[in-house]
Amino acid sequence: MKRRRKWFEILVTFCIMFLFWILLSGLFDAFHLIAGVLCSVIVALISYDLLVKGKNEKMLLKCLRLLLYIPWELWQIVLANIDVAYRVLHPKMPIDPRVIEFETSLRSDFALVTLANSITLTPGTITIYVEHEEGKFWVHALAKEPGDALLVDQTMQRKVADVYMEW
Amino acid sequence: MVLIDGMVIILLAIGIFFMFVGAIGLLRFPDFYTRLHATGKCDTLGEGLIILGLIVYHFFHYLRTPLVPVKLLFLILFIFIANPTATHAIVKAAYLTGLTPWRLGEERR
Repeated sequence: MKRRRKWFEILVTFCIMFLFWILLSGLFDAFHLIAGVLCSVIVALISYDLLVKGKNEKMLLKCLRLLLYIPWELWQIVLANIDVAYRVLHPKMPIDPRVIEFETSLRSDFALVTLANSITLTPGTITIYVEHEEGKFWVHALAKEPGDALLVDQTMQRKVADVYMEW
Repeated sequence: MVLIDGMVIILLAIGIFFMFVGAIGLLRFPDFYTRLHATGKCDTLGEGLIILGLIVYHFFHYLRTPLVPVKLLFLILFIFIANPTATHAIVKAAYLTGLTPWRLGEERR
């Protein structure tokens, strides 16, 4: 069973590597395809355990949910960027920086990384530190409103928890 | 074609506007952390929009090389992963070193 798992991981890594090779080369003659297969096999044999973590079940479902989460996140980035542009260009510069901390129900690495990067991507908030065991976040907020969106509303936390099914 | 060129120009203009705002924020904001707010993230959207404009331009003007827009799309994806990670790493390093964040009412640093 463990051996089959390993070969499955190698196969998945190989497919991703070879697709990427075709995408980057754009040439479909025999020489480039064979060179691509050889390179992909070598890379897959060496680094199969880095790309695909086999122990996580429902990976495909989570990836699909993540794809649904990304458009919402992009829209949040646009809205928040306009907010920061307003604060930068306003003559009185209405900023009030503060460090806030909150706890989440997230535990897995992927979920924590997604939330931390989402927080940093939406302007007005930067993740300073993440406590791994308790799902605790320290966040630097540019003003009261971006911080309150994380402290009070917690929309982003709930969305990420939905994606990874970790309530 | 005029419509597409207009769309490309609008995308590039908005992207450059956000890069410009990031640069102004770097000069105006009072301390290390707030400056990173301006540069680290206005840049993400600015670069994203500029590359999106290039994708639209290339897709409609150079139909014979359809792989280039896909490569540019990957560029956006990697910027959107790498940029917040780098910003987070810099901020964490500063915070652990003991640099205290600026509060309202203090002097500029």
